[in-house]
Amino acid sequence: MRVLPYGARAALIDFDDPSEVLGLHASLEQDPPDGVVELVPAARTLLIRFDPGRTHHDRLAGDVLDRSTVDIVPRETAEIVVPVRYDGPDLADVAAAAGLSAEAVVRRHEDGTYVSAFCGFAPGFAYLTGLDSALHLPRRPSPRTRVPAGSVAIAGEYTAVYPHASPGGWHLIGRTTLPVWDVERDPPNLLTPGTRIRFTS
Amino acid sequence: MTAKIEVVRPGIFATVQDLGRPGLAAIGVGRSGAADRGSLRLANRLVGNPEQNAALEVVLGGLVLRFSAPATVAVTGAPCTITAGGRAVGPHAPIHLRAGEDLVLGTASQGLRCYVAVRGGVDVPAVLGARATDTLGKLGPPALSAGMTLPVGTRVLDHPGVDLAPRASLPEEPVLRVSPGPRLAWFTSDALSTLVSSGFVATSDVDRVGVRLSGPALSRAREGELPPEAAVPGALQIPPSGQPILFLADHPVTGGYPVIAVVDETDLDLAAQIRPGQRVRFRPA
Repeated sequence: MRVLPYGARAALIDFDDPSEVLGLHASLEQDPPDGVVELVPAARTLLIRFDPGRTHHDRLAGDVLDRSTVDIVPRETAEIVVPVRYDGPDLADVAAAAGLSAEAVVRRHEDGTYVSAFCGFAPGFAYLTGLDSALHLPRRPSPRTRVPAGSVAIAGEYTAVYPHASPGGWHLIGRTTLPVWDVERDPPNLLTPGTRIRFTS
Repeated sequence: MTAKIEVVRPGIFATVQDLGRPGLAAIGVGRSGAADRGSLRLANRLVGNPEQNAALEVVLGGLVLRFSAPATVAVTGAPCTITAGGRAVGPHAPIHLRAGEDLVLGTASQGLRCYVAVRGGVDVPAVLGARATDTLGKLGPPALSAGMTLPVGTRVLDHPGVDLAPRASLPEEPVLRVSPGPRLAWFTSDALSTLVSSGFVATSDVDRVGVRLSGPALSRAREGELPPEAAVPGALQIPPSGQPILFLADHPVTGGYPVIAVVDETDLDLAAQIRPGQRVRFRPA
């Protein structure tokens, strides 16, 4: 774990092991050091924004490095089950690239237990870890200009549900009618970091 | 009856902005809000609004508004000619309009973004606690268009004691203070000194997401991709071309290019006034 300066009002914690991100996030949420304004988890990092009038980089770094992420249990969240119709336009291509049948791709995707690691790209777009390594594929060579809301997709080590219609380069393997994002709901995002998720057809 | 503002002409691009949606980056929602926050706050103070009331952010002026009821407004940010009911009026001061009168902003002579506050605030529905339009995250009201009406709200403070706020004019060549970013080690040892000793020019690619700059390439010492990591306003992201992108209000919540340095929050208002083609310099904070 390294603490990197991010300008005058933030620090970026860089992890070797991505599973440590949620642990430190949970620890800092439960017991926030003085002056912390916001925590933003990502793939291998945790951004800590702070008020420079209340703390400084070295003090924050000292606090963070004192914490053990090993013993920290992320907060318990209910498991969310996402119903999927596995009829995505890229299912056959994914199967060919993975050397599997389409049925086997679906089975492996359904068998996974996923954890929302972080959000980005668009409001409510959650990167879910736990994808079967046989399904780890690079993004499509050319992104689509429009991916429908509710598309269930995979790319790299992640799977995701597109929260709204948007451009996108991930492989579309299915779709869900579950609204994962609704600005009228609190919280608007169903798949907040730390949430466990299963997909079922 | 709620007072209404009719957008007669929106200019090139105008949006409703307030102080945005801080604290939601973990669910993929950026802060957004006024690109030049100081000018928004000042405009609100001049009309006796709470600082977080929603106002209008107008790229390069050219806006025409018609008021259905008497109103008090103020214009801040990029300097432009202003008329109210045909009378020439000045910026950084309250302007009183009678019912049916037009407020007309000329083209900004310097800078990029004008702000127009109305006493009571622009009362469009809030989304996730703010009325700001996030152009990248697609949250908040649509950009202004001709014929649109905007309701005027009722959230006010006492009338302010000041009726003119002197403001320094915008510099010809802004100098923005930078502190090291998290991925400085991804660049050659001279990259930071190149950043703070060279001149850069804003390209035509300038919007609420950021300013794409052109100048000497900042060379990478290591290749490879960075998994997505959180960004902040002011981050200077360096894509493979070596030409910096300065993140502004609607920047992506996470980005994949290494950030070499970060412009201080206090200089971001200045950064939001950079025009395409304008020269920019950086110096160590």
